[in-house]
Amino acid sequence: MSTPDLPLQAGRATAGGQAAAGATARRSAAWLGMKPLTPVAPARRVLLGVAFFVLFVAAWSAATFSGWVNPIFLADPLKMLRSGWTLLTEMGFAHDIGMTLWRVLGGFAIAALLAVPLGVMMGAYKPIEAFFEPFVSFARYLPASAFIPLLILWAGIGEAQKLSVIFIGSFFSLVLMISVTVGNTRRDLVEAAYTLGVSDRGLIRRVLIPGAAPEIAEQLRMVLGWAWTYVIVAELIGASSGIGHMITDSQALLATDQIIFGIIVIGLIGLVSDLLFKWVNRRLFPWAKL
Amino acid sequence: MANILSVRGVERRFDATLALQSTQLEVAENDFITILGPSGCGKSTLLRIVAGLDRQTAGEVLLDGRHIDGPGADRGMVFQSYTLFPWLTVLENVCFGLLERGLPREQQLHIAHGFLAKVGLKGFDKHYPKQLSGGMQQRTAIARALANDPRMLLMDEPFGALDHQTRELMQELLLGIWEEQRKTVLFVTHDIDEAIFMASRVVVMSARPGRIKLDREVTIPHPRHYAVKTSPEFTELKAELTEQVRVEVRAAQAAMG
Repeated sequence: MSTPDLPLQAGRATAGGQAAAGATARRSAAWLGMKPLTPVAPARRVLLGVAFFVLFVAAWSAATFSGWVNPIFLADPLKMLRSGWTLLTEMGFAHDIGMTLWRVLGGFAIAALLAVPLGVMMGAYKPIEAFFEPFVSFARYLPASAFIPLLILWAGIGEAQKLSVIFIGSFFSLVLMISVTVGNTRRDLVEAAYTLGVSDRGLIRRVLIPGAAPEIAEQLRMVLGWAWTYVIVAELIGASSGIGHMITDSQALLATDQIIFGIIVIGLIGLVSDLLFKWVNRRLFPWAKL
Repeated sequence: MANILSVRGVERRFDATLALQSTQLEVAENDFITILGPSGCGKSTLLRIVAGLDRQTAGEVLLDGRHIDGPGADRGMVFQSYTLFPWLTVLENVCFGLLERGLPREQQLHIAHGFLAKVGLKGFDKHYPKQLSGGMQQRTAIARALANDPRMLLMDEPFGALDHQTRELMQELLLGIWEEQRKTVLFVTHDIDEAIFMASRVVVMSARPGRIKLDREVTIPHPRHYAVKTSPEFTELKAELTEQVRVEVRAAQAAMG
């Protein structure tokens, strides 16, 4: 078995003469087929991604089925799936998912609809930026979740409160990121547009916005991910429906299986919406990926 | 022939640095003027002032007798960097200025296809800039500037980033277009061969603070074939200009310490 390796190792040793540790590291990297910054084949990429999920569930199963972890603290995967099914079929969990989904999309849409024009104007016109930027920078650090008690006072525990939490959590950062992106438009492109006779309005419409669009779309995608965090927090504290609400209810019943199912549902929807967003971005801006 | 552009006593000061001083230049209709000089001599600054992208701190610049007040479609520009809009196809890039002027779509396409054919990019209209080589991108940029039918074409080392062979082909291409259209051109370069080959007049600028120290007419007849680069007239002029530019490069280096 080891004889064919011998001449190879000998050859290496004479050629390089490096320390044994270095050779081991190189061989183990070669065993994994890795080289820094070298891309991985698509099929292999999927395989590796799935492999971690499998490992994760395997570790979870091992910990729970063996009785190593008390089921009160952590339900096993099968129990989680069973109670998830019950939640969906008998307890109207689909409605909760629907509610959460529309809150996220609603809050996100309002934030995006206001943040994009404001961010573009701030990026394009420096006095507008000077006027808003300090406040927006300050507001960005206000913790959205800390507003929840206040928002409940103002808006009750209805939908307005949920939408407000998401809005506060995403609007300010979005404005800042968009204004920076627009402000960083390549100056030579701006100058080229001017020498082609473009007006200031035309510059914004035909150069600043299309040039920044792919990056803005990426920022929207990222912020949509944050919106998912905020909605759950809002629902944990004061709600009569939604995934977060179900999780709080389950806590009272010590139903860790339901809680885990809820968390996984959030993760899955987040993942799907993220992939959808990526797909749409690629379709909308083919030139950005060329 | 009436002068189309008059640069009179132009100075450009950047805080403590004087980049350009008492610069005079008269450009006649149909001139192809190349501006030669060591790097940092203010030749690009002069071009940018004419383009309206920069402003002189003293003196005046007149285009057709009117003061230049900011950039405009009457002065098309080709930059050294690749400035095609990456989100637009080649065709839409060339249509950019035409759309801004509100020309009907059919007319836009007619003009754009015409200029794309002139620069040898027929069949590439659906490509995005990133799919093109550097030379092709600059050809598109030339087509884009010409499609706008400007009074003057300003070129700031447009072939500076290209390899030598592509560069020579681009020179012939541009000269061919000029011989056909006689568009007035102001062309900045630090390549002496390029300056002579293209120009009806070569202007040499001094080291910073830049001003025009030499103005030579190039009488080599048109159409020019690349073989003129080895003709006695060409070589003689090249020897003189090389000497003149060398002195300025040395001065620039001495000033740097």
